[in-house]
Amino acid sequence: MHPAFSVIFLTTLIGVGQGMFLALFSGQTYSAVELLPTSNSARFYATGAFIALLFLVGGLIASFFHLGRPERAWRAASQWRTSWLSREVIVLPTLMMLVFVYALMHYFEWDTVLFTNAKGARLQLTLVVACFGMLATFALFICTGMIYACLKFLQEWHSPLTVINYTLLGTASGFALTTAFANLNAPELMRFYAIWTIIITSAGGITRAASLLRNAQLKPKSTLQTALGVRHTKIQQKSMGFMGGSVNTRDFAHHKTALFLKNIKWIFIVLAFVIPLLLLWLGMQRRDTGILLAAFIVQYIGLLFERWFFFAQANHPQNLYYQTV
Amino acid sequence: MTVVHNPIQAPAGRIEVKNTTCYMCACRCGIRVTLRDGEIRYIQGNPDHPLNKGVICAKGASGIMKQYSPARLTRPLRRKEGADRGDAQFEPISWEEAFSTIATRLEKIRSTDPKKFALFTGRDQMQALTGLFAKQFGTPNYAAHGGFCSVNMATGMIYTIGGSFWEFGGPDLDRARLFVMIGTAEDHHSNPLKMALSKFKRNGGRFISINPIRSGYSAIADEWVPIKPGTDGALLLALIHELIRTGLYDRDFLVQYSNAAELVSVDPASDDSGLFVRTDIPRDPDCFDPQDRVWWDRASDKPTPARKADTDPFLLGEFAMPDGRRVKPSFQLLKDRVAHYTPEWASEVTGIPVETIKRLAYEMGITARDEKIELPIAWTDAWGKDHDTVTGNPVAFHAMRGLAAHSNGFQTIRALSILMSILGTIDRPGGFRHKAPFPRPIPPCAKPPKSPNDVKPNTVLNGMPLGWPADPNDLFVDDDGKPVRIDKAFSWEYPLAAHGLMHNVITNAWRGDPYHIDTLLIFMANMAWNSTMNTTHVRQMLNDKDDNGEYKIPFLIVCDAFQSEMTAYADIVLPDTTYLERHDAMSMLDRPISEYDGPVDSVRIPVVPPKGECKPFQEVLIELGSRLKLPAFTTASGTRKYRDYPDFIVNYETEPGSGIGFLAGWRGKGGEKFMKGEPNPNQWEMYAKHNCVFHYEMPKSYQYMRNWNRGYLKWAQEHRLTRYAEPINIHIYSEVLMKFRRAAQGKWEGRIPPVHLRKRIETHFDPLPFYSEPLESALTDKHQYPLNAVTQRPMAMYHSWDSQNAWLRQIHPYNFLHVHPKTAQAVGIVDGSWIWIESMHGKVRCLCRYSEAVEPGTVWTWNAIGKAKGAWRLEPNANESEQGFLLNHLISEELPSCEAGAHVSNSDPLTGQAGWYDVRVRIYPAGADEAHVTSPQFTAMPALPGTGTTRKWQGFFAGMFTKKKTA
Amino acid sequence: MTQLALVIDLNVCVGCHACVTSCKEWNTSGPAGFMTDENPYGKDPTGTFFNRVQTYEFGEFPNTETLHFPKSCLHCEDPPCVPVCPTGASYKRKEDGIVLVDYDKCIGCRYCSWACPYGVREIDEKQRVMKKCTLCVDRLYDETLPVSERKPACVLACPTSARLYGDVHDPDSEVSVAIRESGGYQLMPEWGTQPANHYLPRRKTRKQIHEDELVRADNPLKKEQRGPSKPISEPTLDDSTSW
Repeated sequence: MHPAFSVIFLTTLIGVGQGMFLALFSGQTYSAVELLPTSNSARFYATGAFIALLFLVGGLIASFFHLGRPERAWRAASQWRTSWLSREVIVLPTLMMLVFVYALMHYFEWDTVLFTNAKGARLQLTLVVACFGMLATFALFICTGMIYACLKFLQEWHSPLTVINYTLLGTASGFALTTAFANLNAPELMRFYAIWTIIITSAGGITRAASLLRNAQLKPKSTLQTALGVRHTKIQQKSMGFMGGSVNTRDFAHHKTALFLKNIKWIFIVLAFVIPLLLLWLGMQRRDTGILLAAFIVQYIGLLFERWFFFAQANHPQNLYYQTV
Repeated sequence: MTVVHNPIQAPAGRIEVKNTTCYMCACRCGIRVTLRDGEIRYIQGNPDHPLNKGVICAKGASGIMKQYSPARLTRPLRRKEGADRGDAQFEPISWEEAFSTIATRLEKIRSTDPKKFALFTGRDQMQALTGLFAKQFGTPNYAAHGGFCSVNMATGMIYTIGGSFWEFGGPDLDRARLFVMIGTAEDHHSNPLKMALSKFKRNGGRFISINPIRSGYSAIADEWVPIKPGTDGALLLALIHELIRTGLYDRDFLVQYSNAAELVSVDPASDDSGLFVRTDIPRDPDCFDPQDRVWWDRASDKPTPARKADTDPFLLGEFAMPDGRRVKPSFQLLKDRVAHYTPEWASEVTGIPVETIKRLAYEMGITARDEKIELPIAWTDAWGKDHDTVTGNPVAFHAMRGLAAHSNGFQTIRALSILMSILGTIDRPGGFRHKAPFPRPIPPCAKPPKSPNDVKPNTVLNGMPLGWPADPNDLFVDDDGKPVRIDKAFSWEYPLAAHGLMHNVITNAWRGDPYHIDTLLIFMANMAWNSTMNTTHVRQMLNDKDDNGEYKIPFLIVCDAFQSEMTAYADIVLPDTTYLERHDAMSMLDRPISEYDGPVDSVRIPVVPPKGECKPFQEVLIELGSRLKLPAFTTASGTRKYRDYPDFIVNYETEPGSGIGFLAGWRGKGGEKFMKGEPNPNQWEMYAKHNCVFHYEMPKSYQYMRNWNRGYLKWAQEHRLTRYAEPINIHIYSEVLMKFRRAAQGKWEGRIPPVHLRKRIETHFDPLPFYSEPLESALTDKHQYPLNAVTQRPMAMYHSWDSQNAWLRQIHPYNFLHVHPKTAQAVGIVDGSWIWIESMHGKVRCLCRYSEAVEPGTVWTWNAIGKAKGAWRLEPNANESEQGFLLNHLISEELPSCEAGAHVSNSDPLTGQAGWYDVRVRIYPAGADEAHVTSPQFTAMPALPGTGTTRKWQGFFAGMFTKKKTA
Repeated sequence: MTQLALVIDLNVCVGCHACVTSCKEWNTSGPAGFMTDENPYGKDPTGTFFNRVQTYEFGEFPNTETLHFPKSCLHCEDPPCVPVCPTGASYKRKEDGIVLVDYDKCIGCRYCSWACPYGVREIDEKQRVMKKCTLCVDRLYDETLPVSERKPACVLACPTSARLYGDVHDPDSEVSVAIRESGGYQLMPEWGTQPANHYLPRRKTRKQIHEDELVRADNPLKKEQRGPSKPISEPTLDDSTSW
């Protein structure tokens, strides 16, 4: 597939937003059960949630660049019964709204304690909103992942690993940003976030590696034989029916060499996983916001490469008909 | 769910539907044009048209993009003072200025030496009119593109069976069981043949394609027999050999309907050696082909007048006439001729396995004999014998330029015609069938002028500019045997050049050999690009000046509808209309669209008004004819006779009161007559009412065996299709050719060829078909140039016409050289890479594409996709000029100096047919440092005044190029 | 339930592209609005077409087959492009099974084209909506057209009548008979999309030559023996035996 930058930015940006929101949710939950110290609501959660919202909005804006007719985007909410894309279109604004409400509530400190148990755990109103937000976040990860995973003839995508990777990689990048953010605004939470970032990044590394391994072993179900219905082992395309290119040659192929693809793969492995882990470890030890921020930035850039590769690697069966001859 | 966009809502607007005839190629299908608010919305095949019955091809369906092409010329232009030819620097002028300039010049020429005016036309469909104009002007220097197209096909078959493929005849696939297509480009005779092929295959017929390349029609063949280019003659002769050896020929057919049993004097000592033995039955002076030949009767073992009742001749043997002359039947001579043409020999030449050649012969012979058709149709033969049935041997053939465009093509096509004849398939069900006005006498009656005195100032040409020589006395030469025509047609160099040699006109005129001309008028022929051989040099010749600084071809007028490469070289450019803007007549006097069942002609009627100042070329001719007061265009009192072309078509008669005009349908005052009848003032309206086509279906009994069908021949004579109603017997042995050979041997009491051409005439004017290596090939170092290179046009494009077509050019914006992988790998060429292809005349850089569907000794490409930069209003970086290429740069219009002369045309020595496919080449990889563009490149041609604009993108909506959504 | 479709007979398709341009000329002035052409006279011309004819070669010389292969929307019975559409612009008509795009709903997200394994959807780069073969639905029910012309433009155009059109759910329709009797098949059956369009394979007609057809009683060469045979002078059995 042709890696469209609008979609690359959409998925990576909302991933950061979603991850960051999950990080805030986790932090607050841990605090609620007093596993973590409580942080300044306005400074940490409100600002954090606004930053997460910023990423979500960025993703949304990026997505509009992918649309031929963005003025009609509202129509995209109608097919939630069948279309994961439609579901994403519903869930993304829902999440944005929840994150916005969550941020506002923290900012204005509308945070009634609804319930306190014997051991002192408190259920705050913001946490209830955050729970909905958490559900929306996971729903959005599922929607985004399933947009790709549901296309069965894109065999590279058609796997639960696609959803898992979208979830883990988005979460990892959000946690990484939250780690750096926490070091500034809630240093007491930094270690917590750093460790989780390391765990999630490592987990993402493992599941992404799993999908790379899986994809390396894929055997295309469709062949020229099934595409044409011709039973012969030696078939060659001599003409596509046009020579100046078409949607079929532009949208479905990356037009890069195998070596280029391989290089991108190693680049994203290093940038999205190896270097961030090292920087996180270092940053955590030194409590250095710069290093921690660098970990996030490097990882985010790595994820851009990862996403490019994700699209490029998917071999659409329509390419059997469009071998650019 | 509610649908917002109604998918069946027709766009608003006033809808009109008009019928006319297509012209996106030469097939002339009927089309129905839907207009929306006067703009073209849809062009479909006309379901009520006999030729295409509603279908249309890719080109026909893209007519809209031709109509709205930015390459269209819309104003008469004059080359700017000081600009060189080829610079394409023009200024618009008025039609009046154009006409007066041309008429003044032509008037002077006509009053001094009319042959200094030459008129040559491309793939036009108005040769009856252009030929008439030339004749009336008095110049013999006229021809259309036939000489560089397929004149070998026309002559080879017409000199043998009295008819030919395409317009004049074709395979009867309705009833054939075996169809053999040989040397046919991938789409020849486009829609009719496609329709017939599909029907034939669905009826279970077997389709064999013999071709170096498997594409187009060949793709759906049941069997593909790859063959080396130029060797078809060898295969055909071996097939004849095998059919005679096994006795699979149709003896009865040959005896009665050909000259197979007629005795030929073979005594070298005899005066009539090589001629038919003739009886002394008194001849009818009005008779074309006296039936005065002799058979050797089997029963009496004596000579007997041919076709005498109750005699049966020997086809084989050698006999002594009572006067002692040794004689043989033609068929014995054929058998002797093919004795050495064994399948084993042919296999070496053609590259086809021996078993395949034998099997092909057996399939043909067995299908012809064992699947015989008897149709219950009674008819009477030319000798008065009644037949209750029409017999058919269901083996059909089709062939075209693959055979024709070689310098050995004429004899190859003779061999094909003879193969078809010995199988007994001529004008019979399931075989070859004629189309009116054919069959014609062998050769047909029209004759070229015979001497320089036939060209006189202010006088109509004495003779037809083009014709069919029957013996050396019909040649158009002076007393020294030198040519009179600028292209040397009908001279000893190319005696049977029935369509002229357009491919040599520019070179000859430039060199002044045989003489210099003054004005060359080119209509619709791209002689500065794909229609010429030796393109690079011909472009230089067009722009070459003599020592006085005058152009060697002093005045050049080009009429075309589009900004072709040729327009760049014009002194005056005349903007023609498109086919949708004009009247036209596809006349019985020219090349009509007849069906097997009877004559058909058709017309074009404008569906939209001409763009800008465009004027149909016919109007130009009628205007010039009137201004020059040419007799046919002038009344007795010296005034203009015809208002315009439609008026001319209705009222012109070949002779005053002849009743024969351009259109055969709805003649007579009220349209009650056909073929012959006085002019009908409402003829156009009647054509318009009848789908623009006139089709007369003859009685069944006239539809077969027309060479010998008394009823048909009399009907054809009565309706003035032919002058004679005599049987047209097949020339297995060609006495016509023998007469030329005898002239070369000094045994002819008339014109004798010049010494240097005698051997050439004696060799090639063989009365029996033979195989010889193509001339150019024989003069090439084949070690250095081991490959054959051929071209064909793709189905979605007609020669150079369609690169300006925004839809068609998306299918073929550039071309590859197709090479077998092993051939390419042997010289280190990678699939898709840049390579050089080189002949002894030049070299071209192009892109290579591997293909398993080409014979490994052959490379091929699409013709005419490559364009000169800027031509056809393509942008300078268009693929056509950057990646597309033209093979013509490698092909010379003249042979290397040889015994026949220093400047002999690269053509068939009998007919002057251009030997396009004789070129030998080699290929090698382009250097890594070389530019990735084709070579040669030419300076970009600027946009001519009056042409359109090109947009970065466009959306066509029934005439509107819009940037807004219109629905 | 009706399922209109095309059956494409590869046995007679000569690859002429008539279906390609006749489709374009009909539809560019139809309900879909114009069909964009970019660089129409420049480098790398490209445009919106609903139908393409491709060429493949299989086998090795001299046993090469050249295959011309027209392809347009296959109007799947279970079209994967429809459920993925977020706006409902991509839909399958209940009444005749034609898969269409509602150009006024389409947001041009291209997702449906990703979801089509056949590569038959074409975004119109200037109108910025997805387009595709409509089976000329605007012809099929147009009562101003003669009944014989209420067919897709490509079907009317096809010179070899390689494009059959009809209801593949009607077992007696021309298309169903062709599929049944001539080995009709679907493209990429592995995805279960059940394309309504079918293809008919190449079929070969061969001729068997029997030896007795070559050694013939009616061999005309027999008629070329000259004269009745005369007595010969060499010795024969007649000279030496009385039996």
